Amino acid sequence: MRANTEAMRAGPAPDLQPVGTDDDQLLTAAMRPIVKTPRWWWPSVWALSAIVVVGIVAWAVQLADGIGVAGYNDQAFWAVYEADLVAFIGVSYGGAVVSAILRLTNAAWRAPLTRIAEATALVTLPVGMLFIIPHLGSPQKVWELVWPPYWNLSSPILWDFFAVSTYLLATLVFFYLPLIPDLPPARRWLERQGTGARANACRRLYQVLGGGWRGTERQKKVLHLSIGLVAMMVIPLAVSVHSVLSFAFASSSRAGYLETILPVYFVVAALYSGVALVVLTVAAARRLFHLEAYIHPRHFVRLGFLLVAFGAAYLYLSFTEYLVDGYSGTTDNASWVRQILVGRYWVPFWFYVVVAGVLPLLVMAIKRTRTKTGVVAVSALVVVAMWVKRLVIVIPPATEPLLKSPATPVGNLAGTWGTYHFTWVPISITVAATAAIPLLLLVLFRFVPILPVTEMKELGSEPAQADVGVPAAALPAAPVSPEWGAAALLGRHAVSELGTLPGTVPGNPLSGPGPYQRNVDR
Amino acid sequence: MDETITAGDVGAGCGVPVQTGPVPVEAPTPMDRRRFLSRTVVSLFGLAAAGAFAEVLGEEHSSAATLPKQPGTPAGPATPARHQWCMVIDLRVCNGCKECTAACQKAHYLHEDQTWIDVVSMRSADGEDYYMPRPCMMCEDPPCVPVCPVGANFRTAEGLTLVDQSRCVGTRICMNSCPYQARYFNWGDAVPAPRQPFPQEPTWPVPQVKGTVGKCVYCAAMLPSGKVPECVSNCPMGVIYLGDMVSDVAVNGLGQVVRLSEFLSQNNAVKFKESYGTHPRVFYVPGRGQNLDTDE
Ligand code: SF4
Repeated sequence: MRANTEAMRAGPAPDLQPVGTDDDQLLTAAMRPIVKTPRWWWPSVWALSAIVVVGIVAWAVQLADGIGVAGYNDQAFWAVYEADLVAFIGVSYGGAVVSAILRLTNAAWRAPLTRIAEATALVTLPVGMLFIIPHLGSPQKVWELVWPPYWNLSSPILWDFFAVSTYLLATLVFFYLPLIPDLPPARRWLERQGTGARANACRRLYQVLGGGWRGTERQKKVLHLSIGLVAMMVIPLAVSVHSVLSFAFASSSRAGYLETILPVYFVVAALYSGVALVVLTVAAARRLFHLEAYIHPRHFVRLGFLLVAFGAAYLYLSFTEYLVDGYSGTTDNASWVRQILVGRYWVPFWFYVVVAGVLPLLVMAIKRTRTKTGVVAVSALVVVAMWVKRLVIVIPPATEPLLKSPATPVGNLAGTWGTYHFTWVPISITVAATAAIPLLLLVLFRFVPILPVTEMKELGSEPAQADVGVPAAALPAAPVSPEWGAAALLGRHAVSELGTLPGTVPGNPLSGPGPYQRNVDR
Repeated sequence: MDETITAGDVGAGCGVPVQTGPVPVEAPTPMDRRRFLSRTVVSLFGLAAAGAFAEVLGEEHSSAATLPKQPGTPAGPATPARHQWCMVIDLRVCNGCKECTAACQKAHYLHEDQTWIDVVSMRSADGEDYYMPRPCMMCEDPPCVPVCPVGANFRTAEGLTLVDQSRCVGTRICMNSCPYQARYFNWGDAVPAPRQPFPQEPTWPVPQVKGTVGKCVYCAAMLPSGKVPECVSNCPMGVIYLGDMVSDVAVNGLGQVVRLSEFLSQNNAVKFKESYGTHPRVFYVPGRGQNLDTDE
């Protein structure tokens, strides 16, 4: 890693290069987690499973005693599970961003990251959806949500359920489609190298899921077209999920919920925390499965720029929200904003401002911290702080007293602020859900190749070592297949590789190091 | 400058106009935003978006003459309901003894913090303290009804918003949408109740059901037999009146009977938080310069 950093410091990063020459090495790296069980694997799986079991026990206790054991009361009727629902579904957006947005914008550097990002989305979304269960007061009646005669189509919760289910389906398809061309080579590789029951099971699985892939031109065309279409669908679906989720809060008369900014606010928060989680999973996978040859520090720095773009947008939205509501001076808004800024919720709020608002900007602005370590550290903080921020979004309006006399604006006589008390039950369930994500990922990557081998080969992959002596212009342009990515549909290189990032100029980034690379990778 | 609420505004069958006196009565909007929005969404997602949209607009304009269509409400102008229940609460005489709350909790077997009728301490603009009993407002346009994903909330033809606890899944989104904090959840086991004179159903939700939402029901099961709600009969000051907008009569626990429309207009009755467009059916008689319509 040190060598990488030094090489990068030495000069502009070289261009993308085709990897095709040594495909077995790439394939082996992708398949290694499947055939080799590292020493840490079983202990980690057991430890994570134990945490999940504790969460299930906590849920059983809640089922027996009622949701009141989770610290809820009539003046804190929504709290941690609702924040969890928003936060966990939110982090699944990382997959949508890294895979769909970067695919649509034809950012070739995404290639080694897509599988991990999509897998993260695939496991976080069901975990997030599961929070519907502890959230409900009568989970035994949850079937009513899928029973059309009971549907009340004017309810935002119902539409949210529809949106999340559709999004889950799209995420599944989006994970599966790019996997197809990897399956036949993976199966052949297992035939050569794999032994044991799971290798056999995987071989059979690959045969079922991707046995028909011959790699013909026609198949490629259809597949690339489908991936492009699904990528285009995943983005509005993701936007719809959090927008409708925010409507459930906004269909209210409470200050802080009844906000026009809420849908945008939710979507941006989800993208932000999603990118942060992708950084973490990519970092973990890179280290645990030894993918250093394919995932480089500069990938993290690029993700870091995506991260701060969303982070800055979110900070800006927060600022406008509190500024306008605080300025409005109506009884409800004024007391709500005051409670957040200087009142009972000031600790979590300012924790967010410092840790997920300002810190990421600083880390990416300062050259010394703009490194893999910096980005990973800041991402870990962002994931936590954005969960805390969700608590700040959910709890204050729910605990707000609505029956206050107009004459006593803030220190109202009637209705005092409700209080939510954390208990061990929601904490265990939240921690269990958190543990379920790495657990599911560990299991998933025992069955699917961790790198999108075909996509990486077609797009070319960056070498770990920068070829310092060669002028950028002398490097061959990478034979980027336009079919990988909907850029094929949108017009080749319609959008620059880095088109979504600030401070970049459009152009073909594949023909030479762009200004972004000069800025970042030195 | 009296404003007249016509039959269409209070529901079908209310032939007698209700005079509400020179109070800031919000002009009834021809198409309230909530129903408009929900129908818009439904129609947009529906089969024929454009046509349905036009139909919704037309229907909403003509609905002034009919009872608003809500889940559980018999559709169309059919037979007019025999009653349109409301309440009048005379803030001038409430002394904050909370007998109403106690009687309600006793009758419905509620926990102490489930104050279906809550007596709230308030302070008026000129610094005078007063008490304000707050039952469910039985809104004419109840925001709690359309938000329920499984349609557990409904509004009866007689103007009562009720909860079907056998269907309620406990999302608590209605607690979010009610601007009056009138809804209470059963966070744990309900208070056990002996055999009741009525079956456990929305009009008599006793005993309460764990994991579902409950609220004031105006003791709906007692009304047909001519009994007034517990809070009305147990108020020693005669603060709370049960009113019927069809027969234009209201009665309190002291047996005082008043002509509803006259009483309201003569005493400058107001509604609480009218600006939310809920058209509450609880009328407050202020008398000490209270302004119940909060900001906005
Ligand atoms: S006061 Fe609240 S619970 Fe009662 S009808 Fe209105 S919105 Fe529903």
